[in-house]
Amino acid sequence: MREASESHAAGAPAGPSVRRRSDNLLRPHNPGVPFVLDPVEAVRINLSAAERRVATLAGRRTVKKDWQAAWLVRAIECIDLTTLAGDDTEGRVRRLCAKARQPLRPDLQAALGLADRRVTTGAVCVYHRFVAAAVDALAGSGIPVAAVSTGFPAGLSPLATRLKEIEMSVADGATEIDIVITREHVLTGNWRALHDEVKACKEACGPAHMKTILATGDLQTLRNVARASWVAMMAGSDFIKTSTGKEGINATLPVTLVMIRAIRDYREMTGNVVGYKPAGGISTAKDALAYLALMKEELGNDWLQPNLFRFGASSLLADIERQLEHHVTGRYAEFSHHAMA
Amino acid sequence: MSVAEILETMEYGPAPESDRDARAWIKGLGGVTRLFVGGAWKKAAGSESFETVAPATGEVLARVAQATAADVDAAVKAAARAQPAWAALPGHERAKYLYALARLIQRHSRLFAVVEAMENGKPIRETRDIDIPLVARHFYHHAGWAQLMDAELADREALGVCGQIIPWNFPLLMLAWKIAPAIALGNTVVLKPAEFTSLTALLFAEMCGKAGLPAGVVNIVTGDGRTGEAIVAHPGIAKIAFTGSTEVGRKIREATAGSGKSLTLELGGKSPFIVFDDADLDAAVEGVVDAIWLNQGQVCCAGSRLLVQESIHERFVAKLTARMETLRLGDPLDKAIDMGAIVHPVQLKRIRDLVDAGLKEGATLHQPRAAVPGAGCFYPPTLLTGVQPASTVARVEIFGPVIVAMTFRTPAEAVELANNTEYGLAASVWSETLSLALDIAPKLKCGVVWVNGTNMFDAGVGFGGYKESGFGREGGREGLAAYSKPRWLRTAKAIAEKPMPKASGETLPVSAIDRTAKLYIGGKQARPDGGYSRAVLSPSGALVGEVGEGNRKDIRNAVEAARKAAGWATQSEHGRAQILYYIAENLQARAGEFAARLSAMTGRRRGDAEREVALSVSRLFTYGAWADKHDGAVHKPPLRGVALAMNEPVGILAIACPDDPGLLGFVSTVAPAIAMGNRVVVVPSASQALAVTDFYQVLETSDLPGGVVNIVTGDRDGLALELARHDAVDGIWWFGNAATAGKIEKASAGNLKQVWAEAVARNWRAAAQGEGREFLARATQVKNIWIPYGE
Repeated sequence: MREASESHAAGAPAGPSVRRRSDNLLRPHNPGVPFVLDPVEAVRINLSAAERRVATLAGRRTVKKDWQAAWLVRAIECIDLTTLAGDDTEGRVRRLCAKARQPLRPDLQAALGLADRRVTTGAVCVYHRFVAAAVDALAGSGIPVAAVSTGFPAGLSPLATRLKEIEMSVADGATEIDIVITREHVLTGNWRALHDEVKACKEACGPAHMKTILATGDLQTLRNVARASWVAMMAGSDFIKTSTGKEGINATLPVTLVMIRAIRDYREMTGNVVGYKPAGGISTAKDALAYLALMKEELGNDWLQPNLFRFGASSLLADIERQLEHHVTGRYAEFSHHAMA
Repeated sequence: MSVAEILETMEYGPAPESDRDARAWIKGLGGVTRLFVGGAWKKAAGSESFETVAPATGEVLARVAQATAADVDAAVKAAARAQPAWAALPGHERAKYLYALARLIQRHSRLFAVVEAMENGKPIRETRDIDIPLVARHFYHHAGWAQLMDAELADREALGVCGQIIPWNFPLLMLAWKIAPAIALGNTVVLKPAEFTSLTALLFAEMCGKAGLPAGVVNIVTGDGRTGEAIVAHPGIAKIAFTGSTEVGRKIREATAGSGKSLTLELGGKSPFIVFDDADLDAAVEGVVDAIWLNQGQVCCAGSRLLVQESIHERFVAKLTARMETLRLGDPLDKAIDMGAIVHPVQLKRIRDLVDAGLKEGATLHQPRAAVPGAGCFYPPTLLTGVQPASTVARVEIFGPVIVAMTFRTPAEAVELANNTEYGLAASVWSETLSLALDIAPKLKCGVVWVNGTNMFDAGVGFGGYKESGFGREGGREGLAAYSKPRWLRTAKAIAEKPMPKASGETLPVSAIDRTAKLYIGGKQARPDGGYSRAVLSPSGALVGEVGEGNRKDIRNAVEAARKAAGWATQSEHGRAQILYYIAENLQARAGEFAARLSAMTGRRRGDAEREVALSVSRLFTYGAWADKHDGAVHKPPLRGVALAMNEPVGILAIACPDDPGLLGFVSTVAPAIAMGNRVVVVPSASQALAVTDFYQVLETSDLPGGVVNIVTGDRDGLALELARHDAVDGIWWFGNAATAGKIEKASAGNLKQVWAEAVARNWRAAAQGEGREFLARATQVKNIWIPYGE
């Protein structure tokens, strides 16, 4: 495998980036559509079939050797490297940002034949309080800063406060805003209220991309997840996202299946393109590959790049690094050999 | 390809499963494989052998021995020698052997999976994740039945030596379905794997050796159709179990006719896959993938007719064709493919020819753009739209990765289209409305219905067909009947039919006014079409009365009347019970008259005849009692959901009653049949026909809907044969001479109707032989409705 990498390195074009197709990449584009109830009411989800699809996919798709290495690098590039803890400090955030700039040990990156590639995580995701510090720490890297800015994680502060928080985060330099919805609107079927709330957030985001967190663990059923996905997209979400990481159950493959099928159907109906972000509980390289395979199967390769797909994760990167080290050296790796985030 | 390049394409890349151990094992088979007979590996008697080929590459894997008739004979003899001791073992001892086989299969699961994928061409994912786990599960489940047999099947025993012939599409799973229940219940087996796929059967034989299975309990003979014929023809075999094509099944039905062998057939299908407008369409699309592209569509129960509600047809086809683009074809040993190779060029040609025929008939072809592997025996996933029910591709089993789509407007039309086939194996129903799905499932004429699912199997849930998809069930309690028989049969004697007495010219006057006994068709007394009558004589030859001489047109009319009485099947069980009790009540009211008639026809003493009438009344009560108690079962297969095993009537049953006792024989056969919701065409006793013609008035006064019971008197053998040949008759019971039993079995091959042809003297007066669950089981067929659930 290393031979193959070397032969590529020889033939690789010079320059800081080899994201050759970057100009053709599909980007989120969702101005939203007027609220209608029909697609929400038309939702039909069969739980057993969804579970069966994701369970059998694990046996149907796998990537090995160089393909696995490449997919894992792609997974890194799709990570929103995240810290959302009560004990976060500026120092902690700056350390995270440094890891985002160089997520993979340079010797491993070189051994993979990617010395010339600028490998970074997709974004860094922090609380509003740390947006400015993160923007500063990431200056010049091109790595966007995402902020959770709407009374995260419960989202139950007054709407006016939440909108203000968004505006402040954008003012501080966040280019991506992860909002949380009022779960009550879903649980009581108040779709119009949900739509209006998300739409107001979108307007507050201005030029920033908005990721709407459905908190699927709180919504409980796949039917609720699908309906909330539709409303969030109709209201103009650029991404829909599973979880805050604080619910009892975070991202799962069945929830992912339902949400990305909603993305597909929404695009079919409106032409608008929405990205997807599973978050919480994705901590192993194997998990990451399963998500990538599901995205590829259900939405296609366009959703295998950070414009349209992100992992919300904190510990995932460490496992991927160790897997890549194993790929390069053939030996199982030790955590302390990789820089911590 | 470099990592950087892969980052551009994000392709999957190769993911090969190692074939090293499998190749080493195959190599160890030597030049020509051997046969597993009497616990030892033997060279075939003849020198003939054939190649077994990996369909994905064309590579010859091994040379397989062609077992001759002499080899089959040796295997049957070994099985026969082993059988008494095997059946005599305590159930627990047999259970331990089956348990050991289950464990051995698990321990060697990857070897089985790789060998099977290589030889059959199916993806390693399927053999590894589906076939082999189901095989192990089958042996575990049936280890349990061996353990429980003494308690749960106390009045039944093994059949003897079972000849088993299995297909190539699920080589090891079909072996397990055949061998596990057979040996669990004390039978021994001679099994022939399919010619294209012999290897895993030989590997299984090795496991039998490792398990220390007594010699002769399992015998494996390899070979082509000639070996199968030798098994079918062997007189030492008590039962033939066959899974394969309807064409071969029909031949086996004919070949075993009159041999006394019992028979179960699991044959072809053209199973409907019904999508209602309220289905989870994406789920249903995945369902189609599992229905028709599992095992390259080489699945007897493959959902091969896609019936989509007209309002969603366009959208569904768009989703499905988009999904087809992501299916991956290729090396069966690649862990990231969805479809492998077609088993043999012969099958590939058949698929191509049929698709060509479909296109000529106006169908539109949908295939993914991805290229099919150049070498090897591959065919792409295929959808044909614009297909009409009359098209060849909508009627003929293609047995390949080809699904044909049609539309329906209403649930009723969906059912009508679904049932518009000679087959009846399985169906899949997709709707998120429970009341709709559960309304449709019982209306589908097939043995398995999956609600919002497809191609689900479990050892605890019976599998098998209606109509020309065969008869008998495999798996679950319902599958045990196929490998056991009532104990009393062992000592039963052949039936002795008395010759008709010679007419003496005397007349025995019964009533003052002459009565004309006609036929009873559609609830009305009807004159026989031919306008002839036949005499009913006393043993001394005196004329007791005359009955109509029915002919084939009368049979036609009777079956037509039965067809129209379809509502009886859905009549409430309580309602059917009420009518049976009412019939009993009305028979009792005329008990004296019936006793006199019986006495006159049989020459028996009046007291004896009175006892027969009283028993008949009691028996009607028995089935009035059973009408609302022959409950189905709720299976709990390993999924979040249930499988409902529903006892459904066979349909239109033809019954040729025992000649003697005339009244009790009629009641004992007709009552269970109608209690279970069948409609019947009855040919009563010839010598005691008047007991049944007198019964017309009992039926007429008992609120029995017209057409449920139809009675045609006349030449019993000839009329029964006519019924056996009638394709609208779903099953036939014959209690009489062996010669006619054989003819009936042979004639039944036309539509593969279920036959119960019994040529032994049954003691109809004894409850153990004359009534009960055996009759109920014969009068019903089990449909399993799988209902996965969850929100």
